Amino acid sequence: MVPLSHYLILGAVIFAIGVLGVLIRRNLIVLLMSIELMLNGVNLTFIAFSRFLGSTDGQVMVFFVMAVAAAEAVIGLAIIISVYRHRQTLDPQELQLLKW
Amino acid sequence: MTGAEILFFILAGLLVFSALMVVLQRDVVYCAMALVAALFLIAILFITLNAPMVGVLQVLVYAGAIMVLFLFVIMFLNPRVSEARPGRWWSLVVAMVLLLGGALAALTTNGDPPADPVATTELFGSPENLAQSLFSDFVLPFEIASVLLLVAMVGAVVLAKRER
Amino acid sequence: MVTAGETITTLDLLRWIPLIPLCAAAFNMFFGSNLGKASAGMLATSAVGASFLIALYVFLRLPAAGLFSDMLYTWIESGGFQVRLSFQVDALTSVMLLIVTGIGFLIHIYSLGYMAHDEDMARFFVYLNLFIFFMLVLVMADNLLVLFVGWEGVGLCSYLLIGFWYHDPNNVIAGNKAFIVNRIGDFGFVLGILLLLTELGRQGVWSLDFAELQKHVRLLSPQMITAITLLLLVGAAGKSAQLPLFVWLPDAMAGPTPVSALIHAATMVTAGGYMTARLHFLYALAPGTLEVIAWIGAATAFLAASIALVQNDIKKVLAYSTVSQLGYMFLAVGLGAFSVAIFHVFTHAFFKACLFLGAGSVIHALGGEQDMRKMGGLRSHMPTTYRTYVIAALAISGAPLTAGFFSKDLILWQAFSHGALGLWALGLLTAGMTAFYMFRQLFMVFHGELRAAEHVRGHLHESPPTMTLPLVVLSLGSIFSGWLGAPEYLWGSKWDRWLAPIFGAQTHHGSLESEILVTAATLALVGAAIYLAYLRHGRAVATMTQEAEPRAGAFYRLLLNKYYVDELYDRAVVRPFTASSAWLARVFDPLVIDGIANGIAGTARRASELWQGLQTGNVQHYLVGFLVGTLALLGYYIGQP
Repeated sequence: MVPLSHYLILGAVIFAIGVLGVLIRRNLIVLLMSIELMLNGVNLTFIAFSRFLGSTDGQVMVFFVMAVAAAEAVIGLAIIISVYRHRQTLDPQELQLLKW
Repeated sequence: MTGAEILFFILAGLLVFSALMVVLQRDVVYCAMALVAALFLIAILFITLNAPMVGVLQVLVYAGAIMVLFLFVIMFLNPRVSEARPGRWWSLVVAMVLLLGGALAALTTNGDPPADPVATTELFGSPENLAQSLFSDFVLPFEIASVLLLVAMVGAVVLAKRER
Repeated sequence: MVTAGETITTLDLLRWIPLIPLCAAAFNMFFGSNLGKASAGMLATSAVGASFLIALYVFLRLPAAGLFSDMLYTWIESGGFQVRLSFQVDALTSVMLLIVTGIGFLIHIYSLGYMAHDEDMARFFVYLNLFIFFMLVLVMADNLLVLFVGWEGVGLCSYLLIGFWYHDPNNVIAGNKAFIVNRIGDFGFVLGILLLLTELGRQGVWSLDFAELQKHVRLLSPQMITAITLLLLVGAAGKSAQLPLFVWLPDAMAGPTPVSALIHAATMVTAGGYMTARLHFLYALAPGTLEVIAWIGAATAFLAASIALVQNDIKKVLAYSTVSQLGYMFLAVGLGAFSVAIFHVFTHAFFKACLFLGAGSVIHALGGEQDMRKMGGLRSHMPTTYRTYVIAALAISGAPLTAGFFSKDLILWQAFSHGALGLWALGLLTAGMTAFYMFRQLFMVFHGELRAAEHVRGHLHESPPTMTLPLVVLSLGSIFSGWLGAPEYLWGSKWDRWLAPIFGAQTHHGSLESEILVTAATLALVGAAIYLAYLRHGRAVATMTQEAEPRAGAFYRLLLNKYYVDELYDRAVVRPFTASSAWLARVFDPLVIDGIANGIAGTARRASELWQGLQTGNVQHYLVGFLVGTLALLGYYIGQP
């Protein structure tokens, strides 16, 4: 049997990789994809706990996470389209209008 | 090392590799492909964890719909400009992220997690079980989620409309 | 004030004595231009006349009533301390009331003629009435604070009236000088009041009412009383132009002559003496202060008279004369002879006002000329003015049976009989000088040849009746007012008897013979002085200019330049003050104050500039912040055992 800790570490690693992507990449689309990675890392953790604690609550949680992730991805992409139309760029570091 | 363990490690390794590809590839389409792979692998992991319903949903919704949407947008926008190099302090960020990963791992494996999974029935991760939970204990979030999706749809249409 | 067993009568009429002039002033202030000059003047004059009638009524009814009182309302109420706006008329106040309203009334009438050609006549009468109001508040106050209100008010009106013709900056400067020097005195006054209040309060008595003060004055230690009286003396010296705060009075001559007559001769300047008399019970317990007062008075009298000897401006002579006579007043106070001091106030008001108004008459006739060297021979052209002037001059010199004879001689006698021979000598010499400079003035102005400039000669005329009538009345007063205070060997002093309820019976020490001898000595000196003046100035002198500068020696110049006191003040006080003000304005303010203000602003700005760097506008940077925070939190939780 694979111990729980393995899954948890894996989840943490995926999450961390996602964070890395969000902070480092200079392409808005890849940014969004990294966010999806983060969410998936969390989902993995939920499902692992659900299995090991014998409760379906974890799976229900993941269900909702997926729904929200879908909505968020949709909106995010719509925004990216809008931004690209106006600013011709997909580099988050070019979008600095709120600089002091 | 049991078969389950070997399987796990293979999947885990591939998963981490795909994730790194998502984050490190320069061409955005390659990133998207890597993400699809990663999602698929996660779906498999879900299935090994007695969550078949969620696993299937993962493939259908995540790897299927969401990633297709991503690819649509990538092709729609068709950016010519190649991505700029990461900022000056990227190594510092990497170090911090490693720290984060380590911290999370340490934190979650603290204490005494149940070494063996709790005994469960065949029906554990089945649609029936899930639906049972969803439509009784979690019916309110369920309904709200549907409203959320509606809102997202409308919002997306409005935001992405071509201006006349 | 109230002695045991005296009755107090409430009389609502009292408040109208000051209020009628106040209402007239207010009315003229708003509607004076509508009324027209003549009517405004008449209104103001009748207002004072009305006050005089009420004052007369009060005076006549006083013996029967004991003491009149009128409470308007409670002004200050703080814990146990209460100050009421409340008027009181006792024997002393009744006399002062008559002086202020009576002589004020005559001067108002005079002003109707004198200011007739002035465009701003209405404004003049507003200020004049306002002055009368404040002066009346001062003398009718029943507590020290209300007195101080009147005190300040008359100072204000003095300033307004001195600088009446404000288009000439010199007049404004003179007004400022008067006000500022007065202020210095007032500073001492306020300190005195505060000290009195707190010290008495420490003993449990929180009041500034004269009645209460008199009752509890013995609660204070002698040192405290001396300190308080010295401080109050500073105030009195400022208001009554004593050494060293007399410098404003000669400059105050820049105002119209009726102002000089009313304020700077008959009334305001006597406020110091009045205040001291009012608080006689306090001063009686401070012999040290009384000594100081006496010497200041005598020194002032002597010095001022010496300056008057050589002045060439007709009003300046009278101004220094006033300072000198006020010195006599203070001398009397210092000797403890309060009744005599107030008596001199009384007589001085008559003859000094008469002299000033007479001078005004001359100035008016000569079209504004004030230099006596350009006068002369006016006797035939202005007979009434001349005659009244002679009477007043005789009175101030102390000629027998005139008012000055009785009041001044009494003061000298007091000095002599108390054994204060130094003071007596100063007073005697001053009397001689007084006679000399007065008659010098008389001869220079009215006798001899007409030295007036050509263009003025056609203009020469006697003043209209509105001006000469007050002169006549005042000259009569200069004679007969003195008869109220005759010494024992004549027919006794009604004056002393009137004021006895307040000051107690005035004891006269010394023998009758020495009194007569002293009087004789004074008369001899005065006679000699008049004769000397006649010799030098009385006989027809064709070219006055050469005569007027005899030995242009150092001593003469010293006197002419009033001992350079103003220059001294300028050097010692004014210049350091303006220099430090300039330094403050040019160096301290921009450097330090602005520096602090700007420094604080600058620091805030630099601090914010420091933190501005955090707002890059770059989302990924903000997210790194999230990360750092998260790591910190996680670290904390992991660190927990």
